[in-house]
Amino acid sequence: MTHRPMFVTLLTTLAMLTIGCGDDGIAKTGTGDAAAKGELVVSAATSLKTAFTTYGKGFRGARVRFSFAGSDMLAAQLRQGVRPDVFASANTKLPDELFAAGLVQKPRVFAGNRLVIAVPADSSKIRALGDLTKDGMTIAAGSESVPVGAYTRKVLARLDAAQSRAILGNVRSAEPDVAGIVGKLTQGAVDAGFVYITDVEGTSGRLTAIELPAGLRPQVAYGVAVVKDAPHPAQAEAFIAGLLSGAGRRALREAGFEPPPPA
Amino acid sequence: MKRRPAWFAVLLGTALALTLTLLTVPIVAIFVDTGPRQLLRSLGDESATDALWLSLQTSLIAILIIVVIGTPAAYGLATRRFRGRDLVVTLIELPLVLPPAVAGIGLLAAVGPSGILAPALQDAGIRFALQTSSVVLALVFVASPFYLRQAQSAFQALDPDWLSASRTLGAGQAQTFLRIAIPAAAPGLFAGLALAWGRALGEFGATLMFAGSFRGITQTAPLAIYDRFSTDFDGALALSAVLVAVSAAVLLTVRLVTGSRWEGVGVAAR
Repeated sequence: MTHRPMFVTLLTTLAMLTIGCGDDGIAKTGTGDAAAKGELVVSAATSLKTAFTTYGKGFRGARVRFSFAGSDMLAAQLRQGVRPDVFASANTKLPDELFAAGLVQKPRVFAGNRLVIAVPADSSKIRALGDLTKDGMTIAAGSESVPVGAYTRKVLARLDAAQSRAILGNVRSAEPDVAGIVGKLTQGAVDAGFVYITDVEGTSGRLTAIELPAGLRPQVAYGVAVVKDAPHPAQAEAFIAGLLSGAGRRALREAGFEPPPPA
Repeated sequence: MKRRPAWFAVLLGTALALTLTLLTVPIVAIFVDTGPRQLLRSLGDESATDALWLSLQTSLIAILIIVVIGTPAAYGLATRRFRGRDLVVTLIELPLVLPPAVAGIGLLAAVGPSGILAPALQDAGIRFALQTSSVVLALVFVASPFYLRQAQSAFQALDPDWLSASRTLGAGQAQTFLRIAIPAAAPGLFAGLALAWGRALGEFGATLMFAGSFRGITQTAPLAIYDRFSTDFDGALALSAVLVAVSAAVLLTVRLVTGSRWEGVGVAAR
C-alpha cells in the first residue's frame, strides 16, 4: 500500500479540476493575453495580408495583431467562441451571417476585388479561360467554403455545362485559402489557379493574371465588422473608419483593391 | 518496507493528475461533443469515407516502404561501427523534430515540380505533383524516423554473442539477420511500426503543402477534418473521433501483441 497517498492525491486533484471546470462552463476562449496588452486583434481574410500589414504598421489607435486565414475558417472560430476585435472577410455573406447570429455588429463593405486566372509568369500554356478545359491542364482552386473557391464556382456555373465540367475535372487541389493556391502556382505544381488580382500583384512578377470575360466576372466585395463584445470596441471602430476613408483605404488601393462595388 | 515521505507522493500524484487532465480532456471532449448518431451520419458521408480510406491506403503503403527499407538500414546502423555514424543517426532522426511545414517546404524544394531534383525526376518520368504518390512520400518522410529509431534500439539491445554464435554455427550474415535478429527484435520493431503508422495517419502540414487537398486523391482524413472545420464542425468532430479510435486501436493492438516487453527494448541501449 505504499502508493496510497499518491493515488489519493491523483483522485483529489482530478476531482478539483472537474469542479473547477464546472464553475464557469464555457470560458471565453481566445485572445485574452492580447487584450491584456491592449493589442487590437484583427481576424482577416488571407487576401488582405499585404494591405492590412501595411495599414497596421502605421495605425495610431493601438498595436494591431493580425490573424490571417481563409474567411470561412475565421468565421468558424468566431462561432466557436474566439473573440477578436475586428472580422474582415473576402465576401459579405459570412459577416452578414455572423451579424444575423448576433456575433458581430452591423458589417460594412470596404473594398472590392477581381477574380482572375493566375499562371506562372514563364508559362505560355494558358492564354484564355478556354485553355483550362484542355486535357492534362492542372488547376488549383479554393475549397467550396472559402470565398475565393465560392467565387470560382460561381464563374464556372456561368459557363456551359461541358466546359464547366472539363475545368472542374482539371482541378487538382481544393486549397483552404488563397495563400495555398498562390503557393501551388509559384512552385509550378499546377498550370493555373483562380485567385484575386491583388494576389497576383503581391507576387512581384512571378505570376501573370489572365482577366475573365466581363460577363463571367463575379462581384467580389469585402465586408468588415466589429465583433460583439470586442475587447477594444473604440479602436476597432477607428480601424474600420481608416479602411473606409483613410490610411487603410490608401493601403488597399496600393495593393490593387478596388473601391467597394455599388450595392 | 520503508515508508516514503507522504509529501513527495502527494507531489507526484498532483503532477500525474495535471498531466492526465491536459492530455485527456481534449480527447474526451471530442467524444462528449459527438453523439453516436452524428458519428454514424458523418461516416455515411462519402467524402468522409473517401478520406478515411485514402488515409488507410497511403499510410499502409508508406509503412510498407518504411519497414522494407528501414529494417536493414536500422540493422546496419545498430551492428556496424563506421566513421560518420553519429552524423548519420542525427540526420535520420532530424525529421522527428522538424515542423511539418518545414517538411512540406523541403519536399517541394527537393522533388517538387521546380525542386532541385525535378530535372532528374522528369527524365525518369516521375512527377510528384498533387498526386497520391506525393502523399505517400510525405508520410514516409515524416514517419520513417519513428520506425528507424525504435528498430535501431531493438537491434542494438540484442546480445552480439548471440548473433556471432549463429554465424559460428554456419548461418550467413543475411540468414542471421532474417532468422535470428528480426524475430528476436520483433517486439521493438512492432513498437516502431505502430508509432510510425500513428504519425503517418495524423500527418497534416507536409501533405497540404506538398500534395494539396483533393477528395479521393490527396485529401486524407486530417485534411478532411480541417476542410470541414469551417462549414461542419460536428462533422469535423465525428471524423476526429474516428481517427482517435483508430489510433488508439493501433497502439493497443501493438501492446497486446507484443506484451509489455517492448517498453524495455525501446529505451534500452539508447
